[in-house]
Amino acid sequence: MIQKVLTKIDKLDAKISSLEQRAIGATKALVKESLKAPDVLRDTREDYEAWSESEDELDKLKDMRDHFLSECENLTPDEKVFLARHPKRPHIDDFIGGLFTDFFEQKGDHLFDEDKSIYGGIARFHGIPVTVVGHMKGHTMEENMEYNFGMPCPEGYRKALRIMNQAEKFGRPIITFIDTPGAYPGLEAEEHGQGEAIAMNLAKMSQYHVPVISVVTGEGNSGGALAIGVANKVLMLENAVYSILSPEGFASILWKDAERHKEACKLMKLTADDLYEAGVADEIVKEPVGGAQRNYGEVFKNLDRVLYSTLKELMTLSPSGCKRQRLEKYRKIG
Amino acid sequence: MGTFLDSLSFPARVRKDIGEVFLKKDKEPVFITCKSCNRRALKRDWQENFYVCPVCGNYRPIGAYYRLSLILDKGTFRELNEDMTAKDPMGFPEYKDKLKGQMQKTGLPEAAVTATGKIGGHKVVCAVLDSRFFMGSMSSTVGEKVTRAIEYATEKKLPLIIFSASGGARMQEGIYSLMQMAKTAAAIEEFNAAGGLYISFLTHPTTGGVTASFASLGDITLAEPGALIGFAGPRVIEQTIHKKLPKGFQRSEYLEAHGFVDRIVPRSEMRDTLLQLIELHA
Repeated sequence: MIQKVLTKIDKLDAKISSLEQRAIGATKALVKESLKAPDVLRDTREDYEAWSESEDELDKLKDMRDHFLSECENLTPDEKVFLARHPKRPHIDDFIGGLFTDFFEQKGDHLFDEDKSIYGGIARFHGIPVTVVGHMKGHTMEENMEYNFGMPCPEGYRKALRIMNQAEKFGRPIITFIDTPGAYPGLEAEEHGQGEAIAMNLAKMSQYHVPVISVVTGEGNSGGALAIGVANKVLMLENAVYSILSPEGFASILWKDAERHKEACKLMKLTADDLYEAGVADEIVKEPVGGAQRNYGEVFKNLDRVLYSTLKELMTLSPSGCKRQRLEKYRKIG
Repeated sequence: MGTFLDSLSFPARVRKDIGEVFLKKDKEPVFITCKSCNRRALKRDWQENFYVCPVCGNYRPIGAYYRLSLILDKGTFRELNEDMTAKDPMGFPEYKDKLKGQMQKTGLPEAAVTATGKIGGHKVVCAVLDSRFFMGSMSSTVGEKVTRAIEYATEKKLPLIIFSASGGARMQEGIYSLMQMAKTAAAIEEFNAAGGLYISFLTHPTTGGVTASFASLGDITLAEPGALIGFAGPRVIEQTIHKKLPKGFQRSEYLEAHGFVDRIVPRSEMRDTLLQLIELHA
């Protein structure tokens, strides 16, 4: 199971990095101390030599890590679901920090409430002003409580719609980040029109004349994901998943047994490759072996390249051509 | 209101459905038992009452063709895309067999019937979801039929009436089912841009992806009394919030009180209400 493999890799990472730190420390000390008295130099040199002996160990650890990483190469759909939900996976705030500049956050639906499970505002992407909006998840339990685990209420969808409508008004491209277990199934959420809020977003997003790009970064479940995902182009991170419902919900509806979620994953066709084949995803963005949480920098670099080329391509379309391309994309499905 | 005799102007394969509602043809019972109050009443009384329980007033779900027979002028019914049947886009295990079973049970090719016809002489486009077929769930074919009906109404500049009744997405069609939400919502928005009148009629039950797409986008939203209408199902909500839900939660009357329904319309007033609205927009 990927979970155990990842834990082993994490432990090896920690050991390797501590050994490497010691090596850097020892080398630095050696250089520094070489300017000092010879006897001190000798002590430091012993330190360095001691470390050199452990170099073999370092190689061994790295070999082990490579071995475990190779086990992460062909993942099953349920292992991808695990990675898609990994608490250390980069979330929208990480992506904004890594790929955008000049971010100005916009809060609230300006009707009733501020829903923190949706995060967004105006920013620059390669210098181009864009609107960026997406689901917000936390890395810790406390953060997740604050962001309601990325499950929006109608106010969140209306907030997203408000700032996307502004993008349309000012001719800014829209980039959305999808990562949600689904729309929040709560009492107030229903009273405030969860269905209406999602429906309205689908309807309005279909009409925009500005380019809309959606990036599925983690799990994209149900109408709660699609509500900010009616896009000209849909990009998916390699280990992201996108489906009608969470595998647990799917198993519970189909077999009245949420425990059969792994079995559900196999049938649901929810991986990036499946979605590409279905014509829903247009590009797949490579992740480091073992998942995006292992190296944010690499993910940002890969996503930046695909996102920029996709945006450039869409910006060549006329406003009405852009709208038409999006309508045609969804008109074709099913 | 159309009568049973009016319905004889429907094609034969449609007629099978009319007046039979949930009953098998081979054993024609004299009495029907209400699922809510458990009391029996004469089938004839049920029919005269449009399948609303003559004893307690509970609404029995009705078939798509039967509903159309109640609102359309005699001899005006013309079905659209009647031969489109369900597909199996994901090759989901046992789905084909289940579909076959549903087709045999209901005599329907899918959970949506789309048609044109006249109400009081005004031509309209109707789409009706039928909860007997796979709980009226949104398959790619349901989404496609509804979209084609909307596009037909847009092209011919006709009023559009959609009767929703759905358990939500068709699980066996996965992402293809989900994408029908975007497709139908986009079609409605194009219809809006062309200035058409869309009356969304919510019937029991309207939930999930149908609620979160075309059903919630009407210019006028009507609902049948006592219908369950919501996005998430009540069981899921109770499990999430660990609280009992208030009485009448997610019912038509509750939605009307919370600002999402224009009017609750009894079945006996369905045709007259639609006619009034169409004439107000003519």
